[in-house]
Amino acid sequence: MGGRETDMVLLDANGIRCDGRRVDEPRRIMIRAGVLHNANGSAYIEFGDNKIVAGVFGPRDVHPKHQSNAETGILRVRYHMQPYSVTERKRPAPSRREIEISKVIKEALLPAVMLERFPRTAVDVFVEILQADGGSRCAALDAAAVALADAGIPMRDMVSACAAGKVADTIVLDINNEEDQAGQADMPVAIMPNSGQVTLLQLDGVLTRDEYRKCIETGIAGCRLVYDIQKRALAERHFKGAGQ
Amino acid sequence: MPRTVMPGDTITREARRAGDNVLLDGDTLVSTAVGIVNVSDDTVSVIPLSGKYMPRADDLVVGMVISHTSQAWELDINAPYVGFLLATDVFGRDFASHADELTSKLALGDLVAARVANFDRTRDPLITIDDRDLGKIDSGELVKMAPGKVSSLIGRQGSMIQAIETATDAAVTIGQNGWAAVSCESADGLLRAKRAIGVIDQWAYSPGLMDRVKSALGHGGG
Repeated sequence: MGGRETDMVLLDANGIRCDGRRVDEPRRIMIRAGVLHNANGSAYIEFGDNKIVAGVFGPRDVHPKHQSNAETGILRVRYHMQPYSVTERKRPAPSRREIEISKVIKEALLPAVMLERFPRTAVDVFVEILQADGGSRCAALDAAAVALADAGIPMRDMVSACAAGKVADTIVLDINNEEDQAGQADMPVAIMPNSGQVTLLQLDGVLTRDEYRKCIETGIAGCRLVYDIQKRALAERHFKGAGQ
Repeated sequence: MPRTVMPGDTITREARRAGDNVLLDGDTLVSTAVGIVNVSDDTVSVIPLSGKYMPRADDLVVGMVISHTSQAWELDINAPYVGFLLATDVFGRDFASHADELTSKLALGDLVAARVANFDRTRDPLITIDDRDLGKIDSGELVKMAPGKVSSLIGRQGSMIQAIETATDAAVTIGQNGWAAVSCESADGLLRAKRAIGVIDQWAYSPGLMDRVKSALGHGGG
């Protein structure tokens, strides 16, 4: 059910996946905060072979003016893939997929960002995918959340994201590009780790009730791993030598 | 050692009042910023280590002219909102918009030491130079730091800024908005003063800050 035909062994008899990971093992994750000088806040993430930069401006004046809201600030997110981020040149104009991902990232960040403190302003998040490798929306969201915290935008909580999925009839954590293409289901999840609230949940594929429950639990466990790395990145940037 | 927190971190469940950058969630005080916990009396607040300046009436700020209308200048004051400096503040009550050219007094890019006259979020902050020692900063280079670190730059009873000014012969105008104008007759002094402010921006709230600053000022940490 689902997935493209492939000769690749997605999961071998020992429970090892096509890239050598166990079913509950995420890819290598590295996050660095404050990588850009000209943005108010920024972050760089490597999530497996994903390489993503996020830059944040604001809160600042809203242009065009008609978008501004007298009651609250607004959040604008642009997720954009560089032409060289995939194997075939990607046309630089925003695609349907990029517009959708920009929207879901914005909606996943909104519950955390305290925009009501800055009426009539905008917070702009720009996410550039330098290299894509499956699960880029989660990685982009992780980088965007760190960039927002780096910019000093008040947040109720961080936002951490990770995908889970179904490959060879097994629920696995953090599916890569091959597993995404040939696997049976892909479920990106984002949470606010301290409150436990889910801010992003998508599902592409078919799961039974039990599989669904296991998949979401696996995804949330992945988010908690990401959260620790996000905190480390912020601490490295801001608490050099200070505090605990 | 100061206690460091990040957005979403629980600060305490004790019955305290939530100050700046702290949110009361049920019975828990939660941080909303990357910063340092500060407890005074009954109030818990977080001093943010990044972010923009939130204008408060009577604060001294350093602003940069970014635009003007026929009645006022617009100043970037490192806040979410632009600061408005009325032309009557500079030209006096005789100001006539058809006769007086605003750029003759303050041009684009000029630095201004000013005071926040009022601000309430529903309107952009109004700033004034109608006070002693306020007005255009004739010579000086703009140095930026996080507004939450300004108190480290000033130091206890002005000790830090005094140390910098004495060691470099520079004059530093510090705004609460995290912007400072540094002027110095010697290029070397200017460079050392800027380096020292950079060190404070990077190492504010760390133990041994004064030693780091002294070494940046060329005193070899002594």
